[in-house]
Amino acid sequence: MLFRIVEKMAFRSLIQLLLETTQVIGPRKIAVTREGKPVHQYLPLSGFEELELGYDTTDIPAKSYFLPYEENLSTWSFIGNDWTQEITYRLQPRVLVGLHACDINALLKLDKVMTREFFPSPYYISRRKNSFIIGIDHEPCQGGFCHWLGTDSVNRGFDLFLTDLGDRYFVAIDSERGFTLLQQVAVRLVTENDTADYLTVRRRIASGFAPPLDVRQLPRLLDMEFDSEIWRRWGAKCLSCGSCAAVCPTCYCYGVSENVSMDFTRGAKVKQLYSCTLKDFAEVAGGHNFRSARETRLKYRYYHQHRGFVEQYDEPKCVGCGRCGRSCLAGINPQEIIGDLLATEVPS
Amino acid sequence: MTPLLHPYDVTREEGFRAPLDYNRKSLLKDVDRCHKAEIVSVIRLTRKERLFHIRLLEQGERERFSFLPGQFVMLELPGFGEIPISICGSTSQKGFLELCIREAGRVTTMLHRARVGSRVGIRGPFGSFFPLERMKGHDILLVAGGLGLAPLRAPIMHITENRSDYGEVRILYGTTEPEQLLFDYQYEQWRRVDGVTLSLTVDRPDAGWQGAVGNVVRLLEEINTPLEESYAIVCGPPVMFNSVCGTLHSRGIPRDRMFVSLERRMQCGMGKCCRCNVGSTYVCMDGPVFDFWTVMNLKEAI
Ligand SMILES: Cc1cc2nc3c(=O)[nH]c(=O)nc-3n(C[C@H](O)[C@H](O)[C@H](O)COP(=O)(O)OP(=O)(O)OC[C@H]3O[C@@H](n4cnc5c(N)ncnc54)[C@H](O)[C@@H]3O)c2cc1C
Ligand code: SF4
Ligand code: SF4
Ligand code: FES
Repeated sequence: MLFRIVEKMAFRSLIQLLLETTQVIGPRKIAVTREGKPVHQYLPLSGFEELELGYDTTDIPAKSYFLPYEENLSTWSFIGNDWTQEITYRLQPRVLVGLHACDINALLKLDKVMTREFFPSPYYISRRKNSFIIGIDHEPCQGGFCHWLGTDSVNRGFDLFLTDLGDRYFVAIDSERGFTLLQQVAVRLVTENDTADYLTVRRRIASGFAPPLDVRQLPRLLDMEFDSEIWRRWGAKCLSCGSCAAVCPTCYCYGVSENVSMDFTRGAKVKQLYSCTLKDFAEVAGGHNFRSARETRLKYRYYHQHRGFVEQYDEPKCVGCGRCGRSCLAGINPQEIIGDLLATEVPS
Repeated sequence: MTPLLHPYDVTREEGFRAPLDYNRKSLLKDVDRCHKAEIVSVIRLTRKERLFHIRLLEQGERERFSFLPGQFVMLELPGFGEIPISICGSTSQKGFLELCIREAGRVTTMLHRARVGSRVGIRGPFGSFFPLERMKGHDILLVAGGLGLAPLRAPIMHITENRSDYGEVRILYGTTEPEQLLFDYQYEQWRRVDGVTLSLTVDRPDAGWQGAVGNVVRLLEEINTPLEESYAIVCGPPVMFNSVCGTLHSRGIPRDRMFVSLERRMQCGMGKCCRCNVGSTYVCMDGPVFDFWTVMNLKEAI
């Protein structure tokens, strides 16, 4: 990996230059909570001023730019009793700036499902490769537990990754196009002084985390506790609303529905992201539901995060962003569930 | 002004436009594109089930298409939906598929109204298959309940077409009522094959019924020759698995020599939608065919 230093003014010019030709998406303030806390969302920017790189976290992850909540898989044209199928893939490049390590780690996990061994998804790949990613280091966010899962730092999956050194950014470069783009503005080589500052910032960030829980036993514990009262207790609270999966940066399950235009000339096959906690997730024709009890659906979600995915890819699917816990109206949060499974208090 | 970032076109990746072949699952391809196919004939089996003969329209696709007994396809009705259906015909029919479909909901009802000549889409084949290679030289028990005869018909066809490769073949089939028996016009044909026996049973006989009464486990219990060296395939509603496989095990067949086909909701067939997951196993990729020992180890399988 190559490293460079870019002054903040130069970084600003870079974004402005990009904005002239390309869609640039970044954390933008969209509201303020009653407690006065700003609410951010990854949205297209119209100017550099809208970009708030010091944001804490977002409620909605950046996954919607890779796996949209709704997308057309195919379009049908009907002619007589025949039809044709059209499929289009993203062709326009865009920039996502300001992603945190957890969200880039989430993309790396989605890459494993969507781009490898079996049936690579051209829908995902076309969006992923057309996305130029600029990540940024940050102080631990509220309610995150990425350090339990080793996703508090990231070494791949981005084009550029920034660490704020006050008046300048320390930039890690992980792609040729990233290196080339940086040539548009003034950059310089890293000095010993920059390295020392970088290490200080990284140490400060690391010291901001409470001691982690050890999640390595989770795959086995989930099997052992399959019939545990833990699930009945937490399951009894669950409203089966599906928010947790909707806001999870690594949840990718979906449903498909089709429609026909009023004049019967066109139709579409549409994919919608779904949630395994929704009641009919595993229902089949005839009405049989393989997971009719809500606790079984909640359990299944944790099972996939911390056991199933580990079995397939040797790492949990969860990146510890804490979004599911923050969005849950019933107060169900992953730290406490994991704590219960490990029979440990969650350090705060 | 030259763009700062170059657009990426996934369709220009190597092999992307190569002919569709779902057996080559590691290739980056147009995974939602289906083979265009035509319903060439419809055979009424029962009140609720029909057999559809479907032919791939494109010559090249017809030649490339191949499947193994136990695999399924995603059948697309453009504008209505896409559903997983087991291929119930013979592997020797090239580019011509037999699908036995029960009227169960939106897509299947529409299909039952479709006329001969209608154009549908086929993606696949997908999933695992019955290990008929491994079964060579052994006696085989084929046990079906209800609609389970549909997925069982592909191995029956394969075994009868390659009769000399296998030992004794017993087909045991049960339904609730006689009028629900599928493929009744073929029983005579199967029975006449040397070394193949077919036993039928129903739970609720009607006036004309002359066969056995009760569920398929009864038929199993009546077999008085040793079964230890047999392989078994069991297809039907999940409730059947425990009783049938339990009985088979008590007769000395190891659980990893009995195979079942699991049914789950499926929206992709490609390990992407997660709808088919049992615990952490993808039924569309690792299944639908599993040996019973594996099923016992899957949480929430039955
Ligand atoms: C591997 C496999 C093989 C199958 N083989 C056969 C067969 O040979 N013959 C047959 O009649 N049926 C078979 N089925 C069941 C068949 O897929 C369902 O009956 C069918 O999907 C019902 O669709 P529908 O739109 O008519 O019903 P609806 O209840 O209206 O379903 C709406 C949608 O839910 C999904 N869905 C509902 N039930 C199922 C289900 N059981 N499995 C998967 N998805 C479902 C489908 O996407 C469907 O489009 C098989 C299922 C699987 C998983
Ligand atoms: S957000 Fe909370 S209440 Fe809603 S489905 Fe998830 S766990 Fe249940
Ligand atoms: S499960 Fe919850 S904490 Fe883990 S990645 Fe998903 S939203 Fe974040
Ligand atoms: S059917 Fe979509 S993952 Fe199995």
